[in-house]
Amino acid sequence: MEKADVVIVGAGHGGAQCAIALRQSGFEGTIAVIGREPEYPYERPPLSKEYFAREKTFDRLYIRPPTFWAEKDVEFLLDTEVTAVDPAAHQVTLRDGSTVGYSKLVWATGGDPRRLSCPGSDLAGVYAVRTRQDCDLLMAEVDAGTRDIVVIGGGYIGLEAAAVLTKLGCNVTLLEALPRVLARVAGEELAEFYQKEHRDHGVDLRTDVGVEAFEGDGHKVTGVKLSDGEVIPAQAVIVGIGIVPAVGALILAGAAGANGVDVDEYCRTSLDDVYAIGDCAAFACDFAGGQVMRVESVQNANDMATCVAKHICGDSKPYHAFPWFWSNQFDLRLQTAGINAGFDSTVVRGDPEARSFSVVYLKEGKVLALDCVNATKDYVQGRKLVEAGAHPDLSELADAEKPLKELL
Amino acid sequence: MKVVFVTADGDRKEVQARAGTNLLALGQASGMPLEGTCEGQMACSTCHVVIGKDWFSKLEAASEEEEDMLDLAAGVTAHSRLSCQIDLSDNLDGIEVHMPGLWHDMQIG
Repeated sequence: MEKADVVIVGAGHGGAQCAIALRQSGFEGTIAVIGREPEYPYERPPLSKEYFAREKTFDRLYIRPPTFWAEKDVEFLLDTEVTAVDPAAHQVTLRDGSTVGYSKLVWATGGDPRRLSCPGSDLAGVYAVRTRQDCDLLMAEVDAGTRDIVVIGGGYIGLEAAAVLTKLGCNVTLLEALPRVLARVAGEELAEFYQKEHRDHGVDLRTDVGVEAFEGDGHKVTGVKLSDGEVIPAQAVIVGIGIVPAVGALILAGAAGANGVDVDEYCRTSLDDVYAIGDCAAFACDFAGGQVMRVESVQNANDMATCVAKHICGDSKPYHAFPWFWSNQFDLRLQTAGINAGFDSTVVRGDPEARSFSVVYLKEGKVLALDCVNATKDYVQGRKLVEAGAHPDLSELADAEKPLKELL
Repeated sequence: MKVVFVTADGDRKEVQARAGTNLLALGQASGMPLEGTCEGQMACSTCHVVIGKDWFSKLEAASEEEEDMLDLAAGVTAHSRLSCQIDLSDNLDGIEVHMPGLWHDMQIG
């Protein structure tokens, strides 16, 4: 392939949705999607949930059936990656040295799992949970008898993986470097609740723990050595400590960005005709007081993709999609509305002991966000409080019997 | 069995399906503008459809959670459902499934 009108780099949620939305918007030009993995676009969240638990087969993870893309005349270049971008010539270079020209480039590469740099981190048996291959390798290990697994990182990926592995009968130790889990994304109330749930389900969850090294037999990991000297036996280790935005080639080409790549309200980078969307795009978020941030969620990837597709088709609307997120662990359904960045107080509705409650995050009395555990009504109605920038009465807010819609 | 999708512009598209097929997956494969962002976890309402009224009563009733999530959907009617929650069965042969009028405003979520 020599050129496409729109070249999308990254075949994850954002890349797939951008191609779909372009066609839905009537775009008739050529579209090429370049993906690093060999698979057509698939849903990533089930990798740490239903796919991992074997409740869903891989063909049910496809974002669209593989035949769909040919019907929509979307070309895929899979199992390769962009190694260089030439913004002046409007072309990208692939791993094999070939080039593809573009009129518009959409950078939707997401991120690579952050790795630990401690000794032994390149041993076999140390996994991330980002791709189908990661998951398949890990599940093959469990099938082959691996039972002692250490999960490093108490974020959503680590917690979800720990929940599934525990259910599968593995002995799971979860290590978090900070004093509590979910420190980057949620308040203490939610963190404490999930810590207790995981411990009640048999996870050996430890916080404030440093990892010194991975021990191995020369080839494969056999244990994780903590900074206090203790060694936790493990035949497999999952490292879930976040991602590093995959923007190297774009930054080298001159795009502005420190944490990911910077984009404006239409998801445009500082390079002409180059957009960036999803996990790797840093934008001034309306729902976080204009703070420049990256948002790692399917919602953000999809909605940015649609914003860009429309912009390319001449329908320009600034990106202003409402942020939401979900996480399933054990029989707990967490739904998050809004972004809690900068909150100065929280109100808990309902009783965590009853396993159905919500945490409302406020700043100067204004509702910023909610984390709702098995509480869909609060999620739906609370979302409207966030959208309205409501300042509800705090005692009414804490009254779980009082529907949130009455506080608007 | 047969499913008839009706776009927001009123165009009809008939597709064949096997019983047991999920309505959202069928709609997406048929090119209908259904996002289904949360892949059936009922964390969003981007797969909202309006079921033809003769067919609506033949569906199993929506769960309370689905009813709640529908409150977030744009263009909701008395016959609205989340397509991710409907698996096709033989008694639904011929079912009419309408795309909501406001489907294109994806930012409603």
